[in-house]
Amino acid sequence: MDTVMEVKGLAKTFTLHQQHGVELNVLQSLDFSLLAGECMLLHGRSGAGKSTLLRTLYGNYLPAAGSIRVRHQGKMVEMLGSEPRQTLELRRTTIGYVSQFLRVIPRVSCLDVVMEPARARGMALDKATARAEALLSRLGIPQRLWTLAPGTFSGGEQQRVNIARSFMVHWPILLLDEPTASLDDANRNVVIELIKEALRAGSALIAISHDADTRNAIADRYLDMTPKELSHAI
Amino acid sequence: MNPLLSVRDLTLLYGPEKGCQGVSFDLYPGEVLGIVGESGSGKSTLLSVLSGRNRPDCGQVFYHCPQTGSIDLYQASEAERRNLLRTQWGFVEQNPRDGLRMNVSAGANIGERLMAQGVRHYGQLRQAGLQWLKQVEIDPSRIDDLPRTFSGGMQQRLQIARNLVSSPKLMFMDEPTGGLDVSVQAHLLDLLRRIVRELQLAVVIVTHDLAVARLLADRLMVMRRSRVVEAGLTDQILDDPQHAYSQLLVSSVLQP
Amino acid sequence: MSQHAESNHIVEAGYNFAYLDEQTKRSLRRGLLKAVAIPGFQVPFGGREMPLPYGWGTGGMQVTAAVLGRDDVLKVIDQGADDTTNAVSIRRFFTRTAGVETTERTHHASIIQTRHRIPETALRSGQIMVFQVPIPEPLRFIEPSDSETRAMHALNDYGVMHVKLYEDIATYGHIATTYAYPVMVDQRYVMDPSPIPKFDNPKLNMSPALMLFGAGREKRLYALPPYTRVQSLDFEDHPFELPKWEQSCAFCHSTESYLDELIVDDEGTRQFVCSDTDYCSQRCNEQEALA
Repeated sequence: MDTVMEVKGLAKTFTLHQQHGVELNVLQSLDFSLLAGECMLLHGRSGAGKSTLLRTLYGNYLPAAGSIRVRHQGKMVEMLGSEPRQTLELRRTTIGYVSQFLRVIPRVSCLDVVMEPARARGMALDKATARAEALLSRLGIPQRLWTLAPGTFSGGEQQRVNIARSFMVHWPILLLDEPTASLDDANRNVVIELIKEALRAGSALIAISHDADTRNAIADRYLDMTPKELSHAI
Repeated sequence: MNPLLSVRDLTLLYGPEKGCQGVSFDLYPGEVLGIVGESGSGKSTLLSVLSGRNRPDCGQVFYHCPQTGSIDLYQASEAERRNLLRTQWGFVEQNPRDGLRMNVSAGANIGERLMAQGVRHYGQLRQAGLQWLKQVEIDPSRIDDLPRTFSGGMQQRLQIARNLVSSPKLMFMDEPTGGLDVSVQAHLLDLLRRIVRELQLAVVIVTHDLAVARLLADRLMVMRRSRVVEAGLTDQILDDPQHAYSQLLVSSVLQP
Repeated sequence: MSQHAESNHIVEAGYNFAYLDEQTKRSLRRGLLKAVAIPGFQVPFGGREMPLPYGWGTGGMQVTAAVLGRDDVLKVIDQGADDTTNAVSIRRFFTRTAGVETTERTHHASIIQTRHRIPETALRSGQIMVFQVPIPEPLRFIEPSDSETRAMHALNDYGVMHVKLYEDIATYGHIATTYAYPVMVDQRYVMDPSPIPKFDNPKLNMSPALMLFGAGREKRLYALPPYTRVQSLDFEDHPFELPKWEQSCAFCHSTESYLDELIVDDEGTRQFVCSDTDYCSQRCNEQEALA
């Protein structure tokens, strides 16, 4: 199977200038490769840097050092030091990210939020609408909510909208941060199914989940992220 | 893909650290670049130099048009600059009164660019006016009304229509939502998002409002005291600011 | 209405020929040469104090003074008439300071100074029309800044002119401008033809005569050399139209000329009469001769 992501020597440090320049070395010298169709779970206690890693892989956080290479349209592309438009292009077609929290753009209907990744890739409106509606139904979001903006939805509902949005299109690489948190059993199982379908279709996944059932259902391997001591600059 | 706008080492200073200096970047078709910073950071100066309104002390602005080739903005003649600003570029002023002719009708405001390009058919001009009023969600029956009878938000949308009628490739916006009521701002932002997406516009937008920047911009430049202190992907700058000043800026934003 | 040329009067002592000194006339002629070389372009000039206030034709008079020669025959009209106060005063001014022959016959004149009309009688090669101009700048109505209007002319930036015409059509259903109707000269400069009625605009196009324009208060000269293309601004679907009268002239019965509407008694009885007094009297004389 193809390698879809190669990470070497990845380091991430936060320097808090507002707090006397405190430095938090969250990631240090991380190495791993990811193959298409496999699911890697990040393993470690809170504060170990799991979410930080996902965000760094997505380009949301700026790495301090190292290399993140990603298979994009047949070629391995280096993400560190790339132009914003390259990162945005990667996010449009290659790397998907399901965060814990749905970032709500006001006044955009639930259906439009879900359809957006497909529309960004040029999917026709009717096709995108049909697929979005199917996903929302599957995830138990009632039809009467589809035209409403998700800002007023419950946490669980927002999360399911987020999930639906992520599975609208095929992602070669999908990053999932607690995809089943705050979901009941039935919905959790739907999400696990969706994840398995994506894996079968060849997506590579990196996921964080504190829920043992989810982990057991989807994980192919684990990346152990031993928590680092918070180090203070002297 | 070639950049649409290339800026090299652009400098215009009115005094020590007043204005802009050493600014370089490339802007690609369809990219929205936000310039953020506090008052006096030099963002409006930078915008005025980028848009051909103020000659820089040094540095260059290149505009690469696929049809007509590259022009060095300040080596070109005043006629070429004006023509560019009237056809391929647009400029949305913070105060719509600065960007509109207040004493002629909305239809005339929208049609002016077309008339300047030699359109001499009244019927066509009127059609364009009606079409663009609809695009910016102004009731088309107001085509003969004077802008002074419009609300602030409507005036701003009219200003946008007036610019878009010549199908520009690049728009400059100076705090387009400043001075508007919050709900009116929201409406305008929705319009801008839609239009930028549909028309694949490249935009340089100056704003002090980080929420506007997050909503509209693909990438940001943070300015402080005439210099760009940080630049990059919008969500990266706002979620993981590196520079001390950027961190201060982001942490200062009130969350309601 | 007297028709014969007035013979040379005694020229008043103490004045240079045509009032202005030779240096001034020379500088005016230089300005006029420049104006003729760039049809429709406004040339600034060093205007002199004339013995009339601004607004009474000082610009036109300075132009006439600059080009007037001893053998010229001068006609002066105001709104088409030779016998109004202003026309009479200005004609007398040149009689007293230059002693030139004057006439009311368009056909006999070599120089015709006019306020607000072009004669009905066709002009011929060798004649000079001198127009009195209040506001030379056609863009002034929409752009108050002089440096900006100069830039607009230089950069051929005339979109706003059609904005005004568009506004007229949107408001009135048709282009409402009836005088001082802007024209495009030689496909390059937009010009204000002075407050002549739009009825006269076609006479500017390809005229055999030289047309000179002088604005005294604003201190600007412009010109149309003979046989210059002059087009009135319009829209393809709202083309320039000449006004038509239902009536004909009460005196000479012309249906071709520009008619003034006169109120002739206290009951408000109206009469339409040719504005061009010379044209009208010529026709009347011909009709009498035939009768």
